[in-house]
Amino acid sequence: MSDIIKTENLQYAYPVEEGQLAVPVLKGVDLSIKRGEFVAVLGHNGSGKSTLAGCFNAIRLPTGGVCYVDMMDTRDENNTYEVRKTVAMVFQNPDNQLVATVVEEDVAFALENMGVPPAEIRKRVDEALRAVDMYEYRHQAPHRLSGGQKQRVAIAGVIAMMPRCVVLDEPTAMLDPQGRREVMDVVRELNRKFGITVILITHHMDEAVQAGRVVVMHKGNVLMDGAPRDIFTQVDTLRAASLTVPQTIEVLYDLDRADGENLPIDALSVDACADILEKYLA
Amino acid sequence: MLRDITIGQFFPGDSAVHRLDPRVKIVLTIAFIVLLFLANGPVSYAIILAFLGIIIGISRISPKMVVRGLRPVLFIVALTAALNLFYTPGDYIWQWGFLHISREGIRTAVFMVIRLMLLIIATSMLTYTTSPIQLTDGLERLLSPLKKLHAPVHELSMMMSIALRFIPTLIEETEKIISAQKARGADFESGNLVQRARAMIPILVPLFISAFRRADELATAMECRLYRGDVGRTRMRQLGIARVDICALAVFALVFAAVIALRQFDL
Repeated sequence: MSDIIKTENLQYAYPVEEGQLAVPVLKGVDLSIKRGEFVAVLGHNGSGKSTLAGCFNAIRLPTGGVCYVDMMDTRDENNTYEVRKTVAMVFQNPDNQLVATVVEEDVAFALENMGVPPAEIRKRVDEALRAVDMYEYRHQAPHRLSGGQKQRVAIAGVIAMMPRCVVLDEPTAMLDPQGRREVMDVVRELNRKFGITVILITHHMDEAVQAGRVVVMHKGNVLMDGAPRDIFTQVDTLRAASLTVPQTIEVLYDLDRADGENLPIDALSVDACADILEKYLA
Repeated sequence: MLRDITIGQFFPGDSAVHRLDPRVKIVLTIAFIVLLFLANGPVSYAIILAFLGIIIGISRISPKMVVRGLRPVLFIVALTAALNLFYTPGDYIWQWGFLHISREGIRTAVFMVIRLMLLIIATSMLTYTTSPIQLTDGLERLLSPLKKLHAPVHELSMMMSIALRFIPTLIEETEKIISAQKARGADFESGNLVQRARAMIPILVPLFISAFRRADELATAMECRLYRGDVGRTRMRQLGIARVDICALAVFALVFAAVIALRQFDL
């Protein structure tokens, strides 16, 4: 079993006040994620994608079904510490996850909690800061950084932990286009250079396209699961789940419908789309 | 205007004073305050003043900044001086109604002013030359023996450093809320004191709600980063006593001894 994360009929309902019915958010999710994968989890607001992310890290414990992280049952409290060491998490709001008053102290925070020897912490902190290209900001105060820089510091904190899997919960949602690009570059590097399993929760199609596998969540269930190319060509299903499709595909799809030209609707990059359009116009 | 508030007022630098171990600096500052109240003659104060002057010189912090730090407390200093001046009984040299000035009164008043001013300068030198994180670090380690008595030393210093981290964030947020409420027609500038205080409510309510939300998210993020309080925790930054620290301690010990000696002669 080489799955880093495996869920079986995973259910979650938020607790409510007495006398009211619990609102189910996850309604039986079966998912297995292999080591080294780069998975994007897509879904519009309320689809349960963030709740799912919380289950991978034992922030939320399943109210039904099981979630295994590296074969450990997250419901067992004795596993919580190891689970969180295996699956690190980056959150949406960069301001609310930085703890220390200095960048390098923040990157060191998790390592200090893990009881790593000081010299080793120093080494791993410097490496992590270099990996996200924030080394020259190591003595800065976090509030002086831009959103994208703060998020990169948060990711450096995660790299330093050397986890086997990183879950990023909409890490670019509060950033400008420049910040989004910076963060996505680092996220890809996490997967390619460090070989860490990456689970990216997002509602940006252009980010999901960069993943090796896309899981689409809808109303607490997995609606689609496959390679980006296979997912994004199913324009009707995506639209039914209130999701937009990447613009490159949208253009081809709408042209195809209007003209009945039988265009190949599988361009995931702007270049590929341009090639198809060029042929079509010629 | 809100952005101008700096807590602790730290001026980064690389002088010997900056490089001193924060624990040494904290201990020396406390000892210095004790020394101020032990001294009771002009020669002692001259020595202490010279010592402080040399420290300021080494730290390369402009004397202007140091003097400026005195401004907010001038009123308290003046009040203390006046009380000491008029209410110390003794050999009266001037009297008018219930007010009287005695020889002893003048002496105590002058010493009190010098003591207070030096005290404020010394403590502000501590914060000027020590970053907040070093201060909390130093305090945590100085107080760590109290952990044996189950005093929450680590938790307190963690709280202090999180508070320091979030002061600028919350100031920024307050500015945003003020602008947002102004855009909706809120008026913070006119009216009497009660009306103005009431106008603060639409700022404070959203600020507190957001602070609670931040606290909740931060707590989750800290748990995710394996924070379990003080259990099995190490620190990246190691404090160590260097040559500078030993020099500083030695020099201060000599000054201390000199003042105690002079005390025997009321100098």
